[in-house]
Amino acid sequence: MSTTMAKALNDGLRAAMERDPRVLVMGEDVGRLGGVFRITDGLQKDFGEQRVLDTPLSESGIIGAAVGLAVRGFRPVCEIQFDGFVFPGYDQIVSQLAKLRFRTQGKVPVPIVVRIPFGGGIGAVEHHSESPESLFAHVAGLKVVACSNAADAHWMIQQAILSDDPVIFFEPKRRYWEKGEVDPDLGAAPPLHSARVVRPGSTLTLATYGPMVRTCLEAATAAVDDGHDLEVIDLRSLSPLDLGPVAESVRRTGRLVVVSEAPSESSVTSEVAARIQQECFFSLEAPVLRVTGFDTPYPPSRLEDDYLPDLDRVLDAVDRSLAW
Amino acid sequence: MDEPQAWLPTDPRSRPSHDQVVAGLKGVDEGGAELVQLLTPEGERVPDERFDRYAADITAEDLKDLYRDLVLVRRADREGNSLQRQGELGIWVPLLGQEAAQVGSGRALRPTDMCFPSYREHGVAWTRGIDPTELLGIFRGTDHGGWDFAGKRFHPYTIVIGNQCLNAAGYAMGQRFESKVGDSETGEATICYFGDGATSQGDVHEGFVWAAAYDAPLVFFCQNNQWAISVPLSRQTRVPLYQRARGYGFPGVRVDGNDVLACLAVTRWALEECRTGNGPVLIEAFTYRMDSHTTSDDATRYRLADEVELWKLKDPIERVRVHLARRHGVEPEFFEAVEAEADELGERLRTFCRAMPQPGPERMFSEVYADASPQVDAQRDTHLAYHESFTTEGEPA
Repeated sequence: MSTTMAKALNDGLRAAMERDPRVLVMGEDVGRLGGVFRITDGLQKDFGEQRVLDTPLSESGIIGAAVGLAVRGFRPVCEIQFDGFVFPGYDQIVSQLAKLRFRTQGKVPVPIVVRIPFGGGIGAVEHHSESPESLFAHVAGLKVVACSNAADAHWMIQQAILSDDPVIFFEPKRRYWEKGEVDPDLGAAPPLHSARVVRPGSTLTLATYGPMVRTCLEAATAAVDDGHDLEVIDLRSLSPLDLGPVAESVRRTGRLVVVSEAPSESSVTSEVAARIQQECFFSLEAPVLRVTGFDTPYPPSRLEDDYLPDLDRVLDAVDRSLAW
Repeated sequence: MDEPQAWLPTDPRSRPSHDQVVAGLKGVDEGGAELVQLLTPEGERVPDERFDRYAADITAEDLKDLYRDLVLVRRADREGNSLQRQGELGIWVPLLGQEAAQVGSGRALRPTDMCFPSYREHGVAWTRGIDPTELLGIFRGTDHGGWDFAGKRFHPYTIVIGNQCLNAAGYAMGQRFESKVGDSETGEATICYFGDGATSQGDVHEGFVWAAAYDAPLVFFCQNNQWAISVPLSRQTRVPLYQRARGYGFPGVRVDGNDVLACLAVTRWALEECRTGNGPVLIEAFTYRMDSHTTSDDATRYRLADEVELWKLKDPIERVRVHLARRHGVEPEFFEAVEAEADELGERLRTFCRAMPQPGPERMFSEVYADASPQVDAQRDTHLAYHESFTTEGEPA
């Protein structure tokens, strides 16, 4: 079945809510409006205002109340409207959501999913295009994932809701309207915290996630003309990282380029680069290279084509790696 | 305190200055005309038209029980302080002076009610059936709290100021979603504790907004002990804290926080409001922190001894003792027996504390996640192997 990522998420949420009456959806505008991206469209109509909560405009409130609801036995799925708005809720995420299980030696689990549309490329104003995933991946106690296509979106959101751990769920907003095949059989879905080879290749490994998966696939297609056969790996889970498939790939290709929209310093891409050089040192033919956003605040949208890694910047890094 | 409208001048020069406005709040020894009090500092029972009925069933025996609570809670607190001074605890958060606010409100709760404490609520913990020994791990550094959170319905201590107000709002929303509200017999409620300093935090404001927006059965119980570490109440607010509730659309009451009977009655009323669907409610317990904020600060640096001396006269335990002796003829033997019980508790706490086992390094890696985390599991294995590497054959590690 071919569907958009937005619809795949909507279907996934619906399936999770049908499966378990303790699952709640909460956030600003998620009810009547169906969310600013319509991901929760129709859910309030079918599940009622008590299971799909149009909340006060209050990010700390959304997360903090979700923690209390989880203590009571509910499984809240919180929507933060945009990446840059999560920070008023960051205190609750870091101080309570991430630590409550550890603090109570497992006696108080917090099965909460925080959905965050992230990344740029939609021509938005300030605070609407950020990639803060590394700030969450660094926090012990949280699990962090990013979907990149409709099928993963559909299954990963359900797996995240089933998890007893707090999961920060990043959705690449500029890919919401891209279509993909969704297999309705859960058995076909890989585990939530696993990386996946989305294009096999032998010349060089591209490791990426979220919105950059498509960009890397396009780069791999273009590179064929130059005689290069690039392997593309979708990390999918940013914490914990599943670097097994990346290491296995690098041992074959000898080269790795890590791609992300986020600023490079102290990021998911730094972590991948550091651990792969540690694990695959003798297999590497070239240093691990990275293609990322810049270490600047996200620019005004007329400049985002310069800021965001594109096909050419990825291919340029491929060339630099191969020239080593 | 007058309503602001009363200050509106015809002659602008007659308008009170900023300092004069705030001065009304600086008088930390007076709770004002709206302070609810049932037992004076002299131990006299005074009538209160509104709240008497919530204490009407309290017998002399009940008062003796409350007295015992107060004394034992104070002793546990003082032992905590001493154990820190002896190096047995890394820190202690004293509640000295706030026993009545905690015992009175805590004893108003039913087992089915939920409680979200801050980190000073040792007296509330006592009323929830949590032994004081169970609090020591936090302050000795052996755990972050280990009591039966669900069974006792007493949430883990929250150190980040104000976070728990939102967590409590969420929990209380859940009680409403589960239709546990509406009946005074079977209804449930939640109580959330925080201090005057916390009222400057966004989470407390948001907690008020959320609780109001969802009609959550939540009693916000603010222990106004006048000081946020070294910063006085006047730096937190220009209006008495209980009056803030009005701005959120629910009632606020100021109660004498050193009067255990008034705290019990007012909290019973507030819980009843919540159980029957009229929540939330804000209670400001007007009290005083007689010791430092924690054993790490020194209150003599920022407040006057006179102020402390004045509050000694309003001691929460002494007024109950006097009342019991004068009005109910309670004999000295009772007070001596309670004192002996306190001595035993103190001894038990000291012994327990010194015998607490050092947690093994595996604790660091346990229960970080519900599902497996390869990264954490690998770090655990490596670290435990590192420890093992120091073991000489034939000798313990």
